[in-house]
Amino acid sequence: MTDVSVPKLIQGNQACSYGAIAAGCRFFAGYPITPSTEIAETMALELPKYGGKFIQMEDEIASISAIIGASIAGSKAMTATSGPGFSLMQENLGYAYMAEVPCVVINVMRGGPSTGLPTKVSQADVMQANWGAHGDYYPIVLSPSSVSECFDITVRAFNLSERYRCPVIILSDEVIGHMREMVSLPDFSSVEMIERQRPNVPPEWYKHFLITHDFTSPMASFGEGYRFHLTGLTHDEFGLPTSDNIEIAKKLGKLKLKIERHLSDISQVNTYKIEDAHIVILAYGSVARAARQAVLLSRKKRFKAGLFQPITLWPFPDRQLRQISRKADLIVVAELNQGQIINEVRRVCKSHSKVVGLNRYDGELITPEQILEKIKEEHR
Amino acid sequence: MAEKVTKRYKPRPDPVVIYKKWCKACGICVELCPKKVFDTDRDGYPVVARGLDCTQCSICWIHCPDFAITSKEI
Amino acid sequence: MQKSDVTHQYLRHTMEFPNVWCPGCGIGIVLGAFIRAVDRLHISKDDLALVSGIGCTARIPAYVDFNTLHTTHGRPIAFATGVKLANPKLKVVVISGDGDILAIGGNHFIHACRRNIDITVVVVNNYIYGMTGGQYSPTTPMGKRASTAPYLTVEPPFDTCNLAISSGATFVARSTVYHATQLSSLIEKALVKKGFSVVEAMSNCHTQYGRLNREGTAVRMIQAFKNVAVPVSTAAKLSPEKLEGKIVIGVLHDIERPEYIEHYQKIIDRLQLPKMADKEEKE
Ligand SMILES: Cc1ncc(C[n+]2csc(CCOP(=O)(O)OP(=O)(O)O)c2C)c(N)n1
Ligand code: SF4
Ligand code: SF4
Ligand code: SF4
Repeated sequence: MTDVSVPKLIQGNQACSYGAIAAGCRFFAGYPITPSTEIAETMALELPKYGGKFIQMEDEIASISAIIGASIAGSKAMTATSGPGFSLMQENLGYAYMAEVPCVVINVMRGGPSTGLPTKVSQADVMQANWGAHGDYYPIVLSPSSVSECFDITVRAFNLSERYRCPVIILSDEVIGHMREMVSLPDFSSVEMIERQRPNVPPEWYKHFLITHDFTSPMASFGEGYRFHLTGLTHDEFGLPTSDNIEIAKKLGKLKLKIERHLSDISQVNTYKIEDAHIVILAYGSVARAARQAVLLSRKKRFKAGLFQPITLWPFPDRQLRQISRKADLIVVAELNQGQIINEVRRVCKSHSKVVGLNRYDGELITPEQILEKIKEEHR
Repeated sequence: MAEKVTKRYKPRPDPVVIYKKWCKACGICVELCPKKVFDTDRDGYPVVARGLDCTQCSICWIHCPDFAITSKEI
Repeated sequence: MQKSDVTHQYLRHTMEFPNVWCPGCGIGIVLGAFIRAVDRLHISKDDLALVSGIGCTARIPAYVDFNTLHTTHGRPIAFATGVKLANPKLKVVVISGDGDILAIGGNHFIHACRRNIDITVVVVNNYIYGMTGGQYSPTTPMGKRASTAPYLTVEPPFDTCNLAISSGATFVARSTVYHATQLSSLIEKALVKKGFSVVEAMSNCHTQYGRLNREGTAVRMIQAFKNVAVPVSTAAKLSPEKLEGKIVIGVLHDIERPEYIEHYQKIIDRLQLPKMADKEEKE
């Protein structure tokens, strides 16, 4: 058992593991990969103490398969990986969206493509997290920027995935994962937990994919007397395969609507000195830390800068960004790739603000000074 | 009644029943029945022709891939 | 004696019947054998999870009224591992084709054998990829025709059972759709076994394999199994040359080895002990 009473110096990756356990995760399947391995190691150490199970599978495909299976059998389940493993997981991630199985997948981003830079930081999987699997689906993707956020966001990831019956992806990165900070973890029993909705009808009436007013269906587990069928084939409300065009449209529409109708619950952003800002620095993950410093530096130089940090990367927080960007004449999008989330920012703000990118993709972090330089360059 | 009906030939229900809606006329039951109980109709569906020879050996229904054969007796 | 219509009690009657398989396809016979085994063991429908991958065989779960899971191509054993670990009370069975289990899913298969997790796998081996139209699979014998082997196969096949035995499975058996009664009793034995059990069910795909290799109708292919099948006891007396082209049927391997979940549970119990002691102290 972890003693939570005293502040401790822990890694972002460890904080993710503790967050998962606090949120009720009792199953972890994974395959070692830098820079995510500490999550698996912590789970291997801690889970059995809470009566949970850890298993090291033969690869990442098996890992995600196993957590989907465990979730179907009633366990809250998680896996963690990095770029190459995340790529391997895509097919079955798609399965989880289709079969509406709650689970949490952490991708501690490292440099890519391919084996890339195993020990260096990157934020190049942002688009993959949204579009990685084939087909039409709407993922929830969260991004932490500190050790304590790692804990909180993992808890939130579980809550969202249980609430909306879908996988939730956490995009951490090498710096956040390996960074150590002093944090005092909350008492696990005080953590707010959302459990999946259970059916309240007799088994004969049960529909595993019932279309409800809020588009999320109550979910029974294997072995509870509700014998249902799950398939990756397009299915009807009972879960049985169908090729009826009305049923197909209903199903795919539901996958979108259950997210779209709850944007205000799902979208979360952090802001810093944004109230009077004319210059907005948009950053997430490890870059958000430098951006916070850059806000202070800029203000010393009389630039009215503020930080907009999307915690929810997908669905992209259009509404929040549009609101604050009305006052902004310059938006600097700082990210560790050659420009991914900037396309979303342009889509939302192009008409009223100047949007420029500050990109770094050499395995190093963006510094506050670089952001300040960019502001000086672009702000006239 | 032209033919003499002896006690042995007293009409009785077929010993096995083919559910034609599920049957795909694959011919497995026809071929595997050791007593040659079935004939096939014009479309290849099995019909019980020599029901009295049936020994209820169960070969036909455990080999029917379509669960289309049931037995009346057990 | 089991009733002839016992299978009907386990079918999912909300599905459309007749089933999707070609007339005479052995997959239906394997399904019947499986259902009869479950019925003889009086396993409650609620306590059984049936998992499959992708392929003709993998369509089985939709037709039966258990907890059923039709996963992605090659991954059913990995899904089943998660299901079993999360709810060890469930009897977990994987049923899928030779391509699914041994080609794309080969890695999961050998590792599940090695772990010896309490799951039963029924591999329906029809020597071919049926669903995608007759491409050769890891079990297609040498010198056979497939849609992707127009000049005959040049790859030697896997022996499913030997692979399972050498990877660590604790119960391995084989039968054919011709020997449906034996097949059913072997599946029954596998279900009872605590540990990783594998049953290879040799089946006919006359639509693809049979057509390409001129092996005739479904009936002829099924009857052919009678002539090539050799019981284990007889096979033990035959030389390897005599066994060439034969199918050895029966229980090939049955040993005891610690089961994965029981092993892991011991760790959990050990770690929970101090916690319980704590509680008692407080009380
Ligand atoms: C990732 C992936 N690759 C390929 C396929 C296409 N595919 C569907 S079924 C199948 C082969 C199935 O063969 P087998 O497991 O032998 O089953 P059978 O149809 O013979 O019963 C393939 C390759 C797929 N569905 N998914
Ligand atoms: S075995 Fe079954 S499906 Fe085939 S012909 Fe006989 S009754 Fe019909
Ligand atoms: S039970 Fe046996 S004898 Fe009777 S019809 Fe079926 S196969 Fe023939
Ligand atoms: S293609 Fe082959 S395996 Fe598939 S249903 Fe037809 S006969 Fe069976």
